[in-house]
Amino acid sequence: MTARVRLLLFAVGTAGFAALFAAAVRGLPEFGGPVHPYAARAVHQAVREGTPNVVASVTFDQRGFDTLGEELILLAAAIAAVVVLHVVRREEEDDGAAHRHGPAEVSDALRIAGMLLLPVTLVAGVYIVAHGQQSPGGGFQGGVVLGTAVHLLYLAGDYPALQRLRPLPAFETAEALAAALFTAIVLYAAGWAATGRVPALNGAVGAEVGCALVLLLSKFFEQALLVRDPARPTK
Amino acid sequence: MNLPHLLPYLAAGWIMLVGLYGIVTSRDLVHAVVCLQVTQSGTYVLLLAIGYRSGATAPVFSDRPPPPAGGPVTDPVVQAMALTDVVVGATVTALLLALAVQVAKRRGTLDPADLRSLES
Repeated sequence: MTARVRLLLFAVGTAGFAALFAAAVRGLPEFGGPVHPYAARAVHQAVREGTPNVVASVTFDQRGFDTLGEELILLAAAIAAVVVLHVVRREEEDDGAAHRHGPAEVSDALRIAGMLLLPVTLVAGVYIVAHGQQSPGGGFQGGVVLGTAVHLLYLAGDYPALQRLRPLPAFETAEALAAALFTAIVLYAAGWAATGRVPALNGAVGAEVGCALVLLLSKFFEQALLVRDPARPTK
Repeated sequence: MNLPHLLPYLAAGWIMLVGLYGIVTSRDLVHAVVCLQVTQSGTYVLLLAIGYRSGATAPVFSDRPPPPAGGPVTDPVVQAMALTDVVVGATVTALLLALAVQVAKRRGTLDPADLRSLES
């Protein structure tokens, strides 16, 4: 299919979609209007279960099974990305690519800022995970903060320190355990009060998202920093 | 319904179509992955537009009474959907970028037009 035919096909499809979509949104409730039947029920249920953050209540309590599915998608995607990049890495290393890394030449200001921000960011991440049921935040957001906080060391120019800070086997184990814990809580802890279940699920998700992020970024770092032979002719 | 009330929904559809246009005309797999993210962003806009409520605040009741005493709140259901969507979308993007890395190493190109067959 040439680019021209493809574009033509896309134009036809887009015209049809645009017409149907425009017709469909005319039937949607008014933007900013007062009628939100699901919101009213979700808020009522969350308040009755004692979870002040209704978004956390919806995610981990009222729609817990749905979140379990998304959680497993996250796990599967992270594992697949790690596996794909790992195979490439081994091949390149077998071809004799050199491992070149070390403390980079960065300014002292950047180095000190990274070192100072690291503990603060870690504490903020734990706070966001731990208070997910009370204030805006939760496992997903806090996990991302935790996972990226570790990489302030890389921004500070110290890749070897980053490698010492995150032993990858430990993070792989922790991610698998967190996913198993999440699944177990969702499937078997239906009898718990929501005030105990939501923080527990928040913690499991926070651990899993953080570990997944660290693993993913570590594999991309290996691609960018360890395996460096872009000029190699293709087989 | 008049145009100002349709605009957020139409903007969501427009973002999705722009992302799809980018994928269709893409000459680079990384570009295509980013365009897929743009397409997905359209769903965030649509979800949050549906859940928006004029004059309402965030659906968190740790420091104020729940409705009807505490005033209206935005729809938490669509916000929860957008939340999980963002994180899962980021991970899937990482997987797609990893595949793009693999393709670049194996085939020496990222242009989808040059990737004719699946044999290596």
